[in-house]
Amino acid sequence: MIIKVLGSGCAKCNKLEAKVREVVANNNIQAEIIKVTDFQDMMQYKIMMTPALVINEKVKSYGIIPKDEQILQWLNEA
Amino acid sequence: MNSIINGKKVYFIFFVLLPLWLLLYLSLQPLTEYIIALIPGLGTGGRLAGAVSFFIFEAPKVLLLLTLIVFVVGIVRSYFSPDKTRRLLGGKKLFTGNVMAGLLGIVTPFCSCSAIPLFLGFVEGGVPLGVTFSFLISAPMINEVALVLLLGLFGWQTALLYIVTGLIIAISAGYVIGRLKLEKYVEPWVYEIKSGDSSFGEIELSFEQRVEYGITAVKDIVSKVWVYILLGIAVGAGIHGYVPENFMAGLMGKSAWWSVPAAVLLGVPLYSNAAGVIPIVSVLIEKGASLGTVLAFMMSVIGLSFPEAVILKKVLKIQLILIFVGVVAAGIIIVGYIFNLIY
Repeated sequence: MIIKVLGSGCAKCNKLEAKVREVVANNNIQAEIIKVTDFQDMMQYKIMMTPALVINEKVKSYGIIPKDEQILQWLNEA
Repeated sequence: MNSIINGKKVYFIFFVLLPLWLLLYLSLQPLTEYIIALIPGLGTGGRLAGAVSFFIFEAPKVLLLLTLIVFVVGIVRSYFSPDKTRRLLGGKKLFTGNVMAGLLGIVTPFCSCSAIPLFLGFVEGGVPLGVTFSFLISAPMINEVALVLLLGLFGWQTALLYIVTGLIIAISAGYVIGRLKLEKYVEPWVYEIKSGDSSFGEIELSFEQRVEYGITAVKDIVSKVWVYILLGIAVGAGIHGYVPENFMAGLMGKSAWWSVPAAVLLGVPLYSNAAGVIPIVSVLIEKGASLGTVLAFMMSVIGLSFPEAVILKKVLKIQLILIFVGVVAAGIIIVGYIFNLIY
């Protein structure tokens, strides 16, 4: 599974990345977590608010930090 | 299961917390007077008494208003998204587009940290440059925190005035920038972006989820700004109690013609949020500063921020950033003079 966190170093973006890493580690999920900071790359996902969470190339959220349970649910579905 | 809990939460908010809020807000005056009377040795009429009672009355009032308005704005904003706004603005003509962009700037969720992806998204969606700028001016300038403070410390007339003038500046500055045809000062790579086709549907939210958005907004914003608000009100209280009446008249009064441009020049590099600035300037008015000058100062501090200009440097050439700041500053100065003339 490939998880991408889109965001260019804003406080919320770092928080989301840390949260995703935590959820992945706590639940023993096999996943590669990539932080995308380049705007040109970000625009491939049509998001206009950061941070955004992309799981297996599907945009799951943008502009917010989703709750832990929500992130876990998405990860389990993927 | 989840929605049942959320449903209960919604009822709790609307039928318990909201009436409680109203009760507290209405009884604020007698309550604070009672508390002030309890403080030993404070007396009445003295300077210290003036400062302390100003703080004790204003601080809870502003924090109460902040909680309610941020909550309501959070729910309202869940009905708007940058994506919807972009679709509404795509290919719009100048003026009509500027007016719409200014209005949408008020209700669309915006954070200056997302300014770049938003700018890129707008350009790619065919929103004209001038219209995009109207949005980028109105979104940070007319924000809920500024609104709350103006409402709490000045009254609804001034809050309304702020919205209207903010809109006028956003619309006219964006219009001017659009007319000047400055597309050449946008970094060329911006126009080459083709976004992928990994589109995702607009997620339809239930009312419970929208209320959840409101709660999150309250948590996010109130936890971030309450310190600044209290600090601002504390400084304001000090000025209220200790600075003599009319002290500011010579410096920021109507008779000092240079005060408006000076206020803007001072305000542009000064980076603070509405939370810290407004409580202080509200007291300056009481000490003889004129409304136009104070309004100009406030708008240049809140609407033109240095960090945002730096962020925009990634997509705009320096010429365009300077024109942007110049046009907005000029607009603010004109508004300042007009208000000094009227009032």
